[in-house]
Amino acid sequence: MSEIAEKVKAIIIDKLGVEESEVTPEASFTNDLGADSLDTVELIMEFEKEFNVSIPDDQAENIATVGQAISYLEEHAK
Amino acid sequence: MELKRVVVTGLGALTPLGNNVAAYWNGLANGVSGAAPITRFDASKFKTQFACEVKGYDPENYFDRKEARKMDLFSQFAMVVADEAVQDANLIEGNVNPDRVGVIWGSGIGGLRTFQEECVNFANGDGTPRFNPFFIPKMIADISAGHISIKYGFRGPNFVTVSACASATNAIIDSFNYIRLGMADVVVTGGSEAAVTEAGIGGFNALKALSERNDSPETASRPFDKDRDGFVLGEGAGALILEEYEHAKARGAKIYAEVIGGGMSADAYHITAPHPDGMGALNVMKNVLRDANIKPEEVDYINVHGTSTPLGDISEVKAIQTVFGDHAYKLNISSTKSMTGHLLGAAGAIEAIAAIMSIQNNLVPPTINHFTDDESFDPGLNFTFNKAQEREVKVALSNTFGFGGHNTSVLFRQFID
Repeated sequence: MSEIAEKVKAIIIDKLGVEESEVTPEASFTNDLGADSLDTVELIMEFEKEFNVSIPDDQAENIATVGQAISYLEEHAK
Repeated sequence: MELKRVVVTGLGALTPLGNNVAAYWNGLANGVSGAAPITRFDASKFKTQFACEVKGYDPENYFDRKEARKMDLFSQFAMVVADEAVQDANLIEGNVNPDRVGVIWGSGIGGLRTFQEECVNFANGDGTPRFNPFFIPKMIADISAGHISIKYGFRGPNFVTVSACASATNAIIDSFNYIRLGMADVVVTGGSEAAVTEAGIGGFNALKALSERNDSPETASRPFDKDRDGFVLGEGAGALILEEYEHAKARGAKIYAEVIGGGMSADAYHITAPHPDGMGALNVMKNVLRDANIKPEEVDYINVHGTSTPLGDISEVKAIQTVFGDHAYKLNISSTKSMTGHLLGAAGAIEAIAAIMSIQNNLVPPTINHFTDDESFDPGLNFTFNKAQEREVKVALSNTFGFGGHNTSVLFRQFID
């Protein structure tokens, strides 16, 4: 697993208070990991801070699963 | 329309003296001070370096980590005491209609630490706004009542009163009024505050409101003592379950006391200084006696606002002497802030509990830390100095006054069917 993927998973575990085993690539933040809309906003902000990127709102809307977050950040992280 | 009777059927407390009602009362009855050096931040550069903090509080004993992270400490405190009170009143076995259960909470400030942290983060950044989405819902004072309603599904009247240090008493009076008017069967009321932060201590220090007796924190809160030099900031929460009497009786609830009156008034004088003749305090005690339709002679105990500030203590006692006349000499008067410090918006909640427990136990908790008489006070008055006093307490009055000139009083009476 890439370093970015490891960090993404760690942030999700921390912010959503979930077990590592639940954080699979297919897991949806809202449907599987118990996030509400505010949690999702907070996650995106944490990704922005950790990876020094700015994620526009229209792209943030497409980041709904763990895997989508990892691939977005692998592509855009500086 | 005939007003309904209102009784107290549950209590909860998280205080500098103990983390539940039994431990709190034990501290009060034994004259324990809750003051100690500040642990919540490095106060070494502050004029005041001590406070009455809640001790041994670990949010993970009450919340899962994710839940705790979304609540400012003042909301966590609210949830903890509301839970103790709800369990105590046994409100959770389908014996109430949740649509008729309200939550009316009090907080003078709300999420001060949250506000401080988010603003510091922004100021330390490059100007890009990176406010946490939970910033506003953690900070706003009313969220405490929201959280309690969400946890239990209580869908009746729900809001928070804000009147500085009178906040919780305003919440109790509002709850009393809604129930006696028939607008709710039960209300979870009380207040919480968690302002022991850099902004809280620094702000009150700038007002010259706090004691600066850093060499002896436990004797710093000394209401009515000649050498009092300001209040000691406290934190914590208190909860009361108020319930319509017939409703309580029908479900066989335990009854602690009856709420018989609420009084409110304004000084209309100065933003922080009390009226020198205690005009607002005088009016509020007249109002509460009139509301309860009792004579001054029926009151046994006054749990005073008595914050240990030079001016405030004098004006309140002047007002008591005017309202109660000769009966003032037969009263027990005490300031439990000598032990708990000043919990600001939660003060009225924990002091209402002190008043109720004095009725339950026929014991008046003391005003500790009395060393030197102040000639400003009539020596014939009984301030219950230093040691609790046994006496039959049928009626207890609790006063709380807030910056802005808000005055509130509430009367509790021993319950007689």
